Amino acid sequence: MSVRVRLQPLRRLGGAILSSRKALAGACLLGLCVIMALVPGLIAPGDPNAEIYQPGLGPSWANLLGTTSYGQDIFAQFVWGARSSLVLAVVAGLISTILSALIGVTAGYLGGIADGFLSLMTDVFLVIPAFPLVVVIAAYSKNGGNAIIIAVLVITGWSFGARQLRAQVLSLRHREFLVAARLRGERSWRIVVSEILPNMTSLLVANFLGASVYAILTAAGLQFIGLGDINTDSWGTMLYWAQNNEALQAGSPLWAIAPGLGIATLGGAFALLNYAFDEISNPVLRPVRRKRVRSGS
Amino acid sequence: MRYILRRVGFFIVTLWAAMTVNFFLPRLMPGDPAIAMMARFHGRLSGQALQAMEAAFGVNTKASLLDQYVTYLGNSLTGNFGRSLTFFPEQVSTVVFGALPWTLCLVGVTTVIAFLLGTLIGMMGAWGRGGWFDSILPPVFIVLSAFPYFWIAMVAILVFSVTLGWLPLGFGYTNGSTAAFNWHFLGDVLKHAILPGITIVITSIGGWILTMRNNMIMTMAEDYVRMARAKGLSPARIMFDYAGRNAILPNLSGFGMSLGFVVSGAILVEYVFSYPGVGYMMLQAVLNEDYPLMQTLFLFITVAVLVAVLVVDGVTVLLDPRTRTGS
Repeated sequence: MSVRVRLQPLRRLGGAILSSRKALAGACLLGLCVIMALVPGLIAPGDPNAEIYQPGLGPSWANLLGTTSYGQDIFAQFVWGARSSLVLAVVAGLISTILSALIGVTAGYLGGIADGFLSLMTDVFLVIPAFPLVVVIAAYSKNGGNAIIIAVLVITGWSFGARQLRAQVLSLRHREFLVAARLRGERSWRIVVSEILPNMTSLLVANFLGASVYAILTAAGLQFIGLGDINTDSWGTMLYWAQNNEALQAGSPLWAIAPGLGIATLGGAFALLNYAFDEISNPVLRPVRRKRVRSGS
Repeated sequence: MRYILRRVGFFIVTLWAAMTVNFFLPRLMPGDPAIAMMARFHGRLSGQALQAMEAAFGVNTKASLLDQYVTYLGNSLTGNFGRSLTFFPEQVSTVVFGALPWTLCLVGVTTVIAFLLGTLIGMMGAWGRGGWFDSILPPVFIVLSAFPYFWIAMVAILVFSVTLGWLPLGFGYTNGSTAAFNWHFLGDVLKHAILPGITIVITSIGGWILTMRNNMIMTMAEDYVRMARAKGLSPARIMFDYAGRNAILPNLSGFGMSLGFVVSGAILVEYVFSYPGVGYMMLQAVLNEDYPLMQTLFLFITVAVLVAVLVVDGVTVLLDPRTRTGS
């Protein structure tokens, strides 16, 4: 019984992806990135950082996107860069969402002083400009690698979701099924886990997608200015080296264009999915159907 | 009135939080950037400036953490931020005030343009829902907003500066020209601001479209909009005066807050264009390990955003009677 209840929202999400063109496009783009991240060796065999070609070549059959100023194959770097960018996005998005849910749901459910404090904290983090803060933290913790980047992304990325989730809990709080659960004498954590959270699945998913887009863009920005680990294979790091070698002016623009498109594809995939999920979690926003037209509004 | 007082209280709390972050970060981090930096500073600083640095980073002082904290807060509030390492004899505050107007103008103007354009597109999208306008523009800009700001800036440079040669590669004005308030210089500044400005507008407009479109769809289902239709008012009147006017209110409170996001994006755009604003300065400070400059810039950016939020709150009170009654 309870398993069926929990599977239902997921099945609904699956059906929604298939029914919306935006969601389908987003899922396809995401699928491309996932394939690159899973099996880069199949698409571009060999070490992406090997300096074995003539530097600054244009696109050709041997080097689909040309070569860097160091004589590396740009296509290989592009393919291998997907993994790190995707993992960063997913991990940071996931942890942010969990933190948002923890703080937002707690605030909304408990109310009173706890809510006052948590909401104030959320609002403060929401208003402090994130990227300058990211830069300051990253600058102090130099050479921290991906763990530091993820920590920074989570610290600056959780607040927006927490506010949304809190609002959702507030609107759920007085619905009958929750009142009934409370009257039955269910414990608070049980009510939260088995009654409230399943009812927020679509919002949680939307939140995860939003947090991931934020993570992709912010991580790329950090790596671009050289505050990430500049030796990892990622799209942001590629952009850093491209900018450092003035790739745009020096005649190998694809070195900068390819990773940017990669980031954009990944970000765009998450954004499209989010746009579609927005319509799912908020029925009013769904594309106009025939039924509504007939009723003459 | 109570609402405004609450917002002022929030302003103070947030400012305090930002200052506290600034104070504790260098102390929390493993390794010690402060000591390395103080070593570079020694012999070049004297008296007051050195003390401000020591208070900011907690080196060479026998004072307790609490004392250091109080001294630091006092110094920050009185504008005593020490000296910049990158622009050495200069006070940090001088450097910051030199950079601030560039960013405020660039970000201020582009944010207003993006807000107005985005709101209009969102409004019209919701109005003609499902039509060609609605099925093209909103999705396009929403996908665009998932593009990295700085990458759009790089592509813009490639196309308009390197390839076509229409616009300058970067910086705020032509190198060597003297800054003065005449048409020639202002025109030059404007020309240099076009590319960074447009890239910021393009990438920040999507959020406005999305929220405005959603709000508008909600308000269009309200009874007073049906009523207006039933009265036979012109569609434009209903769209702007009835639905749009109310749909814009939640967006307005987001306007101040979003400034933080726009500033964040502008930092990278400024970096790509070497635009002499706070973002470019901040990254210069990072590269040169000029921590006092970096911290102060962070504080000023935060203050700028907070002031904007406060102003927007004031405007919201004027436009939305509900905030005045405090419900």
